[in-house]
Amino acid sequence: MAAKGKVTFNEDICKGCGLCTTACPVKIVTLDTKKINVKGYHPATVIEVEKCIGCANCAMICPDSVITVERF
Amino acid sequence: MSVVFQKTKGLTDKQTHYCPGCTHGIIHRLVAEVLEELDVLGETIGVAPVGCSVLAYEYFNCDMQEASHGRAPAVATGIKRVHPDKVVFTYQGDGDLASIGTAEIVHVAHRGEKITTIFVNNAIYGMTGGQMAPTTLIGQKATTAPLGRTVEHSGMPLQVSEMLSTIHGAAFVERVSVDSPANIRKAKKAIKEAFECQLAGKGFSIVEVLSTCPTNWGLTPIDALKWLQDNLIPYYPVGNFRRPEEVK
Repeated sequence: MAAKGKVTFNEDICKGCGLCTTACPVKIVTLDTKKINVKGYHPATVIEVEKCIGCANCAMICPDSVITVERF
Repeated sequence: MSVVFQKTKGLTDKQTHYCPGCTHGIIHRLVAEVLEELDVLGETIGVAPVGCSVLAYEYFNCDMQEASHGRAPAVATGIKRVHPDKVVFTYQGDGDLASIGTAEIVHVAHRGEKITTIFVNNAIYGMTGGQMAPTTLIGQKATTAPLGRTVEHSGMPLQVSEMLSTIHGAAFVERVSVDSPANIRKAKKAIKEAFECQLAGKGFSIVEVLSTCPTNWGLTPIDALKWLQDNLIPYYPVGNFRRPEEVK
């Protein structure tokens, strides 16, 4: 069984740079264009969280430590 | 369920002033994670530079000292000599270290001061608005080189790691990049080795980190990473230039 993970975003400190969207091997990280955070950016979010493998690549490339990654 | 990644205790809760996608944030985090893993946060004194990272003292969760432009290695020398049991590092950009601070960095290496320098090279002056730095590439546009840098006018870009690796007192010299998760992991390994080199009292250690400046390069953060891979890495090859066992 493939490893399962869970990512959570501290949306209010996200600057919407999008670097995390390039790092995800299963392509589930995206910018939420329907939402604007307190800083005025579209925050990063994850679609189809059940596909997450918990590799932490998105958190690794995030310049603002927005992302927490858990694995189970 | 176990947490495999969360914000390090080595950083304060203060949100950085860096532009979106600026890799300073990644490099801050790597240094902070290494200090936390080595369990030396309480015994570390960092020296902040002048440049975009001038406010680094707000972000690192250890004691910090501000230095005037380019003089961080001189200030760090003083701190380390007074407190030889403390971990001392400088965090400097390329305008700070490779231009106005060249004398300080060369001589801190020459004397083999037991400090660690994190050198962030993004080939441009960021804070002051995108002027040409000694590290700006040939043909790269800057506000003070609107048609692009030329060899005739400004010479070739300065390769700091290659230069410092010829100096006897420089125990550890490595160049890394933060353009991908794999390279970020390698960068962290190099930063850890540099601090271990200091803890072992081997001499001066420096890690040059190739970084982006999306704002002054005029690119999106994602395109800036691509530009770094296509342009900076070919001229500034990543890899280790010097390790303690080579220092006799």
